[in-house]
Amino acid sequence: MSILIDTNTKVLVQGITGRDGAFHTQQMVDYGTNVAAGVTPGKGGQEVYGVPVFDTVAEARGKTGANTAILYVPAKFAKDAILEDISAGMELIICITEGIPVLDMVEVKKALEGKNLRLIGPNCPGIISPGKAKAGIMPGHIHKPGPIGVVSRSGTLTYEVVHNLTISGMGQSSCVGLGGDPIIGTRFVDVLEMFMRDDETEGIVMVGEIGGEDEQIAAEYIKKEATKPILGFIAGRTAPAGKRMGHAGAIISSGESTAEAKREVLMAAGGTVVDFPYDIPAHFQGRISV
Amino acid sequence: MKIHEYQAAEIFKKAGIPMLAGRVAVELNEAVEAADAMKYPVVLKSQVLVGGRGKAGGIKVVQNRKELERGFALLKGLRIKGYPVEKILIVPAVKIKKEFYAGVTIDQLRGDVVLIASASGGVEIEEIAKKNPQAIKKYYFQRSREIDRTRFREFVEGIFDRPAHREAGAAIFSSLAGVFFDYDCSLAEINPLVIDAGDEIRALDAKINFDDNALFRHKDIQELRDTCFDDPDELEAKEYGLSFVKLEGNVGCIVNGAGLAMGTMDVIKLSGGRPANFLDVGGSSDPKKVFHALEIILRNKNIKGILINIFGGITRCDDIAKGILDAKKKLDMQVPFVVRLIGTNEKEAKELLAKNGIQTFATMREAVEKVVKISKDN
Repeated sequence: MSILIDTNTKVLVQGITGRDGAFHTQQMVDYGTNVAAGVTPGKGGQEVYGVPVFDTVAEARGKTGANTAILYVPAKFAKDAILEDISAGMELIICITEGIPVLDMVEVKKALEGKNLRLIGPNCPGIISPGKAKAGIMPGHIHKPGPIGVVSRSGTLTYEVVHNLTISGMGQSSCVGLGGDPIIGTRFVDVLEMFMRDDETEGIVMVGEIGGEDEQIAAEYIKKEATKPILGFIAGRTAPAGKRMGHAGAIISSGESTAEAKREVLMAAGGTVVDFPYDIPAHFQGRISV
Repeated sequence: MKIHEYQAAEIFKKAGIPMLAGRVAVELNEAVEAADAMKYPVVLKSQVLVGGRGKAGGIKVVQNRKELERGFALLKGLRIKGYPVEKILIVPAVKIKKEFYAGVTIDQLRGDVVLIASASGGVEIEEIAKKNPQAIKKYYFQRSREIDRTRFREFVEGIFDRPAHREAGAAIFSSLAGVFFDYDCSLAEINPLVIDAGDEIRALDAKINFDDNALFRHKDIQELRDTCFDDPDELEAKEYGLSFVKLEGNVGCIVNGAGLAMGTMDVIKLSGGRPANFLDVGGSSDPKKVFHALEIILRNKNIKGILINIFGGITRCDDIAKGILDAKKKLDMQVPFVVRLIGTNEKEAKELLAKNGIQTFATMREAVEKVVKISKDN
C-alpha cells in the first residue's frame, strides 16, 4: 500500500508544453508513472515525450481516463486551471506552481467545498510513492520503497531527510509535499490520518517550519489518535520574526508560529522532534521493522 | 508589500471611508503651512513602515506653532526600530469618545477572508485578543459581493450601540472589505476607528499590506513602494530572483529551497556557529544566481566562512558548480568556502570543481561542521 498515488494513478499534466512541464513529464514517465495526458489550451493534437496533448481537461479526462492532475502552469493562470480540474471531476489535483495570489486560493478553496476531491499544494514538490508512481518534481532515485511515510511543507529539506532514510536502509511508503503557501489544500493532519490507516506505513516523518498553526493542529491529532511513531523536524529556529523566509507562508507572525512553539507542542503530544534532519533514521532504529 | 499611512489613507478615502484631511510634510515649512491651514491642535505622525511607532514616540500632539517646530524636529531625529523618519503626516486633532478596531485579513486555516472588529480599539489587535478575546467579533466571507445583509447587520449590532453608528459603521466595513478585494491586500486595517465629540465615525489611521504574489495585477500599487526601508542587499537579491535575509552571524549560506535554507541555518547554530544570512537560490538552475549570491554575501565584512549546500532536484549541481567557478574567477574570494552538492548532475559538478581544486563534501553534517570550524579559527 501507499497513499494518494500508486500504480493505478493516471496523471494529467497541465502546462505540459512549457519548459518545466515538458521536463518533468519526461522525468515522471522515466520513473514509470502512467502519464496519460497533457493539457495546454491551443496545443491539442501535439505530443510531449509520447504523451498526447489536449486543449481542455474535460476532453483529456474523457479520452484517457486520467484521474490525477498535476499543474506546472504560470501563477497567473493557476486558479483557472485548478477550477477547470474541479469541474472536470479530477480526483486528485497536485499544484506545483509557486506564487499564486492568496485571494485566488480563497476562491479555489470555496470551489472545493463539498466536492469529493483533494488538492495538494500549491507551491509544493508533489507526491511520490517509491517504486509505484511519481507525480512531482523530486529526484526519483533518492527514494526507495519501504515503511516510512514522509509529509513535509518544503521540498529540498524533504529530499535531505529522504536521502538519509534511504542510505540507512529505510525506504518510504509515500512522500507528500504539502506546499509552502499560506493557504494549502491539504494539511499535516489529513496526511497523518492517511498514513495511520495505511498498512505499509510503520513510522512517519513530519517536516514542518515556521508560520501558521498547522503543526499545532497535527499535534492535537497525534495526542489523540497516533498509533505509529512520529518523528518531526521543524525548520526556522534561527529565523527572525516578521521576515518571510522564502516560502510565502514561512513567517513568524505570532507566538504560535515560531519553530520552538511547534517543537514543544509536538513533543508534548508524544512525537519525537530532532535537532538535526540527518539524525532521523537513528531515532527510528528499533521502532520499525527494517 | 507595505505602504505608508498617508498612502493607505488616500486609498481608503477614495473608497468612501471617512478619513481626516491630512497633509504630508518632509520639511518644516511644509508642516507649518499644513498646520496653519488646519486649526491647532494638530497631530504629527511619523510615516514609517514598521509597527509600534506610538510606543516609540513617533506620534505627537501639538498645540501651537512653537510646539510644532519642536515636535517636528524631534520626530525627524527619531529612528523607529532602526528606521529614520523622513515624512510626517499632519492631521487635525480629534476629541475621541470611543475607539474601535476594524481590519480585514486572511484566515489561513479556514482559507477565508475575515473581517475583524472590536469595540475596544486603539491598541494592537493581538493585545485585545489576549486581554479581552470576547471583545473581538469576526465575520467570514469569500468574496466582497457575498456579504450577507442579515448576518452583517447582526455583526454590526455587536460592535456599535446606536443605529446611526451601526449604519455608518457597516458602510465603512463594506468599503474596507471592498479595498481588500480590489487591491489584493493581505491586510486592510483601521485602528482606531472612532466616534468623535461630534458623534461622527472617523478613521484615525490607515494601514494596508499587499499580497506580493498579486502585485502583477496592480501596477498602480507597485509605484507606491518606498524602498528606503528595505535593506539594499535584500532588494538587489530580489532582483536576481534570490530570497535573502540578513542576520547577525558570520557564516554565509547559499542553499536551494527555503526549507533546506532554514534547516541549514538552524544546524549551523546548533553546531556552534552563527549563520549570517538566509539565502535561497530558488528552484531554477542558473549559474548567474550563484555568482550574484556570492557577490552579495561577500559584501558582508563579518563573514568568516561560506557554506554552499545544494540538494539538486530541479536545480542542477553542475550549474551551481559553474556559478562557483565563475565567482572564483571574477570576485575577490578571500573568504574560505565549503561546498556540499548532491542530487541532479552531482557527478559532473564534482568533477568540474575537483579540476579547479575545490573539494566537496558528501553530507550536510560534514559540511556544516567544517564551515563552523573555519568560522571559529579564522
